[in-house]
Formats: sequence, C-alpha cells, structure tokens
Amino acid sequence: MGSYLVRRVGTSALVLLLASIVVFVGVRALPGDAALALAGEERDPAALAEIREKYGLNDPIVVQYLRYLGNSLQGDLGFSTRTGLDVSQIIVDRLPVTLELALLSLLVGLLIGIPAGIVAALRRGSWPDNVSNGFGLLGLSIPNFWLGLVLILVVSVQLRLLPASGYVPLLENPVQNLQRMVLPAIVLGTGLSAVLMRQMRSAMLETMSADYVRTARSKGLSERQVVLVHALRNSLITVVTVLGLQLGALISGAVITEQIFVIPGFGKLIVDGVFTRDYPVIQGVALVTVFGYVLVNLLVDLTYSFLNPRIRVSGAAS
Amino acid sequence: MRRFLRRRLSVFGLAVLVLIVALALFAPVFGDPGANDFAAVLQPPSAQHPLGTDDLGRDTLARIAHGARVSMQAGVLATLLAMAVGVPLGLIAGYYRGWADLVISRTTDLLLAFPFLILAVGLAAILGPSLRNVVIALGISALPSFIRVTRGEVLGLREQDYVAGAIADGARDVRILRRYILPNAISPLLVQATVTIPEAIIGESVLSFLGLGVQPPTPSWGTMLSAAQSFLSQAPLLAVFPGVAIALAALSFNLVGDGLRDTLDPKATR
Amino acid sequence: MTSSLDLPVQVGPANDPLLSVDDLRVRFASEDGPVYAVNGVSFELGASEVLAIVGESGCGKSVTAMAIPGLLPPTATVEGSIRLAGVDLLSLSPKELREVRGKDISFVFQEPMTSLNPAFTVGRQIREVLQRHEGLSKRAAQQRAVELLELVRIPAPQRRVDEYPHQLSGGMRQRVMIAMGVACGPKVLIADEPTTALDVTIQAGVLDIMRDLRTELSTAIILITHDLGVVADLADRVVVMYAGMPVEEAEIHELFAHPQHPYTNGLLRAIPHREKGVEEVARSRLAEIPGLVPSLRSEPDLCPFAPRCPRSTEICVSLRPPLEPTRPHHPTACYHPGEDS
Ligand SMILES: Nc1ncnc2c1ncn2[C@@H]1O[C@H](COP(=O)(O)OP(=O)(O)OP(=O)(O)O)[C@@H](O)[C@H]1O
Ligand SMILES: [Mg+2]
Repeated sequence: MGSYLVRRVGTSALVLLLASIVVFVGVRALPGDAALALAGEERDPAALAEIREKYGLNDPIVVQYLRYLGNSLQGDLGFSTRTGLDVSQIIVDRLPVTLELALLSLLVGLLIGIPAGIVAALRRGSWPDNVSNGFGLLGLSIPNFWLGLVLILVVSVQLRLLPASGYVPLLENPVQNLQRMVLPAIVLGTGLSAVLMRQMRSAMLETMSADYVRTARSKGLSERQVVLVHALRNSLITVVTVLGLQLGALISGAVITEQIFVIPGFGKLIVDGVFTRDYPVIQGVALVTVFGYVLVNLLVDLTYSFLNPRIRVSGAAS
Repeated sequence: MRRFLRRRLSVFGLAVLVLIVALALFAPVFGDPGANDFAAVLQPPSAQHPLGTDDLGRDTLARIAHGARVSMQAGVLATLLAMAVGVPLGLIAGYYRGWADLVISRTTDLLLAFPFLILAVGLAAILGPSLRNVVIALGISALPSFIRVTRGEVLGLREQDYVAGAIADGARDVRILRRYILPNAISPLLVQATVTIPEAIIGESVLSFLGLGVQPPTPSWGTMLSAAQSFLSQAPLLAVFPGVAIALAALSFNLVGDGLRDTLDPKATR
Repeated sequence: MTSSLDLPVQVGPANDPLLSVDDLRVRFASEDGPVYAVNGVSFELGASEVLAIVGESGCGKSVTAMAIPGLLPPTATVEGSIRLAGVDLLSLSPKELREVRGKDISFVFQEPMTSLNPAFTVGRQIREVLQRHEGLSKRAAQQRAVELLELVRIPAPQRRVDEYPHQLSGGMRQRVMIAMGVACGPKVLIADEPTTALDVTIQAGVLDIMRDLRTELSTAIILITHDLGVVADLADRVVVMYAGMPVEEAEIHELFAHPQHPYTNGLLRAIPHREKGVEEVARSRLAEIPGLVPSLRSEPDLCPFAPRCPRSTEICVSLRPPLEPTRPHHPTACYHPGEDS
C-alpha cells in the first residue's frame, strides 16, 4: 500500500509538472503578441518595449517558465488583460459555481445511472433492461448542449416553468439558485448517467456470473444479500475506476452547459477568455482545471485501492 | 456477419448511417445552402422548404445535408488521424517497452490530464477556427485511447507462443508487427474507432457551436444550432433539426459499434 | 464382498436413502438451440457414504451436482426428482431451498481461485454461512471460523482468518472452501473436483483432510472427479457417466475388479498394471479414449458410446440400453456387458 501510494502520487506530480509546461507553451503559442495584448490600446513601439521589459518577455523562455511556475505555486496567476482583475481572485469567485453544477450533475448521474444499471443487469432482456439500454444509447448519442437547448425550448420558452438562464448565488437565494441550476444539472447529469448505467450494467453482468456469486448462493443467502453484498461491491469497484475519467467529461460538459445557460462558472470563463484573448485567464483556468482533474483522479484511485483489498493489503501469496 | 445481422438495432443503425452518408454525398441535390431569400425568413416547413428556412431565408434541408459533409469528415478524419499516430505509438510502446514505453505512456497520461473540451478549446484557439484545425484538435484528443488500446493488445500478443516463437527465430521486428501483431489488434481498434467517430462528430458540433470550429457561412450542424439559439421562441424547429441530425449520426455509429463488438467478441457481455 | 475401506456402508431398498436422485434430466436453452447436458441420472446416497461420480470432461458431472441444491443458471430446465430425506427438492420454493443450501447440502466448487469473493476476508465469508443458518453472533461465528480453519489444517488460523483470498495459495483457498462447506455440519457435502485445479503435492493434503472429515463428521459426500486415484482413495461407490448418462454403477472394489461397460473397461485399461490393485491405480488419471464425444444437441435415443465402442452392434445404434444389473448390485447400461478379455 505504502509504495503504491508513493508511486501514484509521484506520477500525478510529474503529470502536473508536464501539464504546466504544456499550458505555458500552449498559451505562448496562441496567436497574437502578448505584449500587444498587455498594452491594450497602446501601440507605441517604445511603450511596447517597455512592457516587454517590465513583464520579462525578453527573458529566455525557460526563465519565463520558471518565474511563471514559481508565481503559480504561490497562488499568483497574474491579472486579466481585459478587466485587470486578479486571475486567482476571479477563479476563487467562479469555482464554487462550477463545483455546485458538477456536484448536482454527479448526483443526478449517480442516482439514475447506478440503479438503472443494476436493474438492467439483473433483469437482463426484460423491458427495464431495454429501456435502460435505449436510454444509455441515446445518452451517448445526444450532445448535451442540444439537450440543453431543447430543455430551454420546452421548459422555459414553451411551458415557462423555469428561468432559461442566469445565475443567483446559492447563499443569496437558495431557491432561485436551484431553480436556475436544475436544468443545467439535468443536462449534464443525464449524459453522465447514460455512461454510468452502461458501465454499471456490464460490470454487474460480469460479477453476477462470477464463481464467488455462485458460492454465495450455495450458502443459502437470499438473492438480495447475494446481489447487494457480493455482486454490488465488486461491481462498484469497477465503476469507481472509470468515474475519474468521467469527471473529464463532466468538466467538458460544464464548459458548454455554462455557455448555454449563461452561468458565470469556470467553463464560461475559459471560453470568454479565448474570445477576448485574455491569456492570463486562459492560462490560469487551464492550470487550475488540470490540477483539479488530476487531483480528483488521484483521489479516485486511492479510493479504489482502499476498496480493493488486492491493492490495500499486499499479500504473501501475490 | 450473421451474428451482426441478427441484431435488429445494429442493422437499423447501419441503415441510418448509409442514409446520412448518402445525404452527405448528394448534398448538392438538396439545393444551395447559401442561397438566401429575405422574403422567406424563419419559415416553418413547407412544400418548398421541407424543413423550413433560417433567419436569412436559407433552406434548412440543404444546410443539414451540407452539414452532414462537415460532420462525417470531422468524425472520420479525426479518427483516422488519431489511428495514424496512435497505433504506431502504441505498437512501439507495447513491443519495445522500456524507455519508449515510458515516454509514450507518460505522454498519454499528460494528454489525459486535460479534459477533452479544455484541450480542444485550447487547440482550436491556438490553431485558429477551421474544419482542418477541428480535425486536428479532435484527433489529438482521441489519441490516448488508440495508444492505450494498441499498447494493451501488443503486450498481450507478445506473450502468445507464436509471436514469442517468431521473436526467438530472429524475425525482423517490422515483419513480426505486420504479420502477427497488427492483424490480431484490428478488432479492438475497429471497435475503438466506432466509439471515437460519434464522439468526434459531437465534438465538432460542440466546437462549431462555440464558434471555435467551422465558420459561417459554411453550414455545420453546430453553427446552425448556435444561430438557432437566438430564435428559440420565433422558430423553435430551427433548433430541433440539426440536433436530431447530430443525435442520429452519433446513434448510428454507436449502434453499429455495439453490433461489431458483439460480433467480434461474442464473449463480452454487453 | 469384502472391503478394505473403513466404512462399509449398507445401502439397500430397506433403508430410506439420505439422498435419492431419480431420472434427473437437465436441458440448457442456448442461442443455438437446446443442450441436453444430463439425460436420466439416478443414484442413491446413504448417510455418511462417499459416492464418486467419474467421467471425462463435459459428460455432465458438474451439472448433475449443481442441480441437486438448485444452483444451475435460469437457462437450465431440470426434470426428474431429487429427494433429500424424502423431501423433493425440486418442489421446494426458492425460500425453502435456501434453508437447505449451506445447511443440509453444501458445495465445494471446482475453481478454488475464483470461488471466494476477493473483496472480503475469508473469516467474513465463513462467518456468513454460520450467521445465516446457526444464528450465531458475529463474535461466536468468528471464533467458530478460526476453529474450522484449524480443522482443515490451515496454519496460524488466528491470522489467516482476517486475510483476503488473494493472500492465500490455491490449496489454502480450497481448504477454506471445505471449511465453509462443513461449517454447519451438512448431511451432504458435494465436492466438485476439489483437487483438479491444484498441484499434485497439494492435492494429497486436501484429500487427507477430506478423508478425515468423513470419519470425524460423518457427512455423506458426493465426490466428483476424473481422477481414479482419488476414487480409489475415498469412495465407497462409483457412478460412471458418459454423455450426460450413468453407464455403470458399482461398489468400488466390484467396479475395479469386474468392470462391465466397455467405456469403464477402456478407462481402466488405460491405467497400467491394473492387476496390481487399487494402490497402483491411485496416481493415474482417466485416460482419453479415442473417438469423438457425441454432441449434446439432441436427446439421445441410442447408446451414446456406440460410435467409439468396439462391441457395438446394430441394436446399440437403434435403441438406448437401459441401466440394469448385469451382476449383483451392479447395474450397467450396455447390451454387451462384461470384462474385456
Ligand atoms: N450454463 C450452461 N449452458 C449451456 N450448456 C452448459 C452450461 N453448463 C454446462 N453446459 C454443458 O453441459 C455439459 C456438461 O458440463 P459439465 O460442466 O457438467 O461437465 P463436467 O463433467 O463437469 O466436465 P469437467 O470435468 O470439465 O468439469 C457440457 O457440454 C457443457 O457445455
Ligand atoms: Mg465440472
């Protein structure tokens, strides 16, 4: 367990370091002159040269990178070239919005996906299985931004049940906040639940035909105990491993969902940043996103190894 | 093949797929997607415009048909690109292992550290918006899966007696890879491709929707939806047809993919 | 008949047998049509008797065994009757059947590596059956689990009880399975090739345990195997199966001395120096007899062994031979019974 933990954390740290290089180089590769962007309306060559000097843009790229890394580690992500605001502060403001959306979606995804997958596997070939499979295929095939549009169209424009867009902070007015978060969470959550359902179903089918499930039956355990104690545990272990990767899909989905529902979260921040060529913002958001994503995957892996005794307890015989 | 045909849904998927490909191939038959008619903007479906018109009076059916070209190109080309780069890298990593494997695998981890849309948005921003660059961005995003699938297959096949035997006999690496390993890795790669294509089709529509992909006036399902967003109350159907098109295209590939998986690997419990 | 084994068991029609299986038929529904896996198996098992079922791979041994406690998948259709102390198990409700499983009839499976749940400690898995049927508290069950591990001679049972299956070797896992099997003092223990998947050196240890258990616990055992050495070691009586049917049944020394069915003859001939007796046979295995095993796609209406049989005549390929005594207490399903000359 100990050595596994160290190795796993080491890999994540390496990936993060490499990712920071990629982000740094990537942002330098964006079209347009950084000095020009920093200068705003200023077009005077002398002023531009001064800006270059001031921001160290003439230094070797490695020096620039190290400075950027050092600053980032201290939480200094620079200032937005468009609004002049502290990027770290913007991120701190926007992060809870996206986190709320992600958590609500995860909730929707798990609440639908896991039970549907279990039922589909246990009642293989029955109508619940067929419905779940159809739902799973549609969920994979329907782009979530279109689902968002359709929901806005039906629920907000036609039926006028819920507001189509906008955001009210949770602490300010929880009811209005939820009213505005329900549709985005459904949009993001159903896509996720489709994937989870398919994975849960196949994991469950596999464990239900495992020898140890037959052993459990041979002990006279009830079908309930066989499923909930013996099969479910091992199926969940499998599904947890892929949950981390699903989080990438969730982040991607959040980017576009926030765009459609005009939610001032992380995803909207980066897309707006791209359009306004706000490099420090893009850089900061990309870095924080990757950091969070890698971190969560690390946590998922550690949870997995905790759930799975094969890794938790390295045995004498293995 | 019989196994595949026995699955009615997969056959349905194949039929839809053929239909969409035909739509793309014969797109010009459905008219000029750029011809605007300001006397007939935001029209509901009619005999003249079976799917209605958009805010510039352009025929929706013609635009959907031309959009099919963009979607199919993006889906297939991005997948081919990912295969063309990913398969050789996977072969090298799995066959030679050691340093090559370490470098390639860490690069894969690195690519995977970027959520798909963050990567694609970043790449699209760096490369500039165009169909070609969308294909490149989607291709790079799909790279890790192909590297991983190929590498995993090679690692497994290397252990097989006939491959080990060929290696022991001193056969040349290229020959071993071409004759023994690649043919056996085809099935899983094919299945991976049928998963990647619909993802890329959706990816293209997302990027175009955000304005980072295909640029107007070129019709793409994503840009059509983006434009339709402003007319949700006046012309709701504008936001419906392109979405149905994307969903059907992705669904057809997913159905065919499920059928292929069943056919190629009957043991797998789907 | 004199027996050198310790436990000569008298099973006759006078005693009500502990377990009686009568005309058992099992059919599986599959994508390519039905599979007739078991076609009319009958046998009786007396209290604390050891009955061996032998036959080559795929002849339906495991399916027969699993049909008894109702462990076959839902694709299986089971017909005939299976009576445990007079109660027809096939007519029990699923709930009633669950009372029998693990308590009256327990099972040791063929695959020691995969039959234990990797997510739980072996102690927990043994406890489960005790808590289910004996109503023991967790504490008492844990104590009992340690004792059971000791009974199957697992060293350091106090420590092992809290270990996970992956920390145990194959032989130890199979002992855990046996411990689980005997936990509630079952009337019948079904052991499906308990040693086949194990190394030869480990096999002996597991067999020793089985032999001791039958004396200590007086549990009746159905022992499934294709290892004739195991049969000679442990069994009182043997049923030879071929293509889902019993072809011969006899007390062990009778069978080794006077095999009647040509298939049994073939099996025994394949073993060198048979005349030297049971001990010699002990380390040999059922050898492959040339010829094809018949497909199980249709219900057999002729002698299934006929295509491979040197004694085959016209009647063999037109009518299925009945299982009838050709010697005292020794039924054989063959028109041309007798020992090979
Ligand atoms: N679930 C099932 N569905 C269809 N056919 C099955 C199923 N289980 C077993 N069979 C078939 O029934 C026949 C008997 O199988 P069984 O497992 O009883 O053989 P066995 O005598 O135990 O062989 P082995 O020595 O290899 O364990 C085989 O032909 C097998 O293919
Ligand atoms: Mg068997």
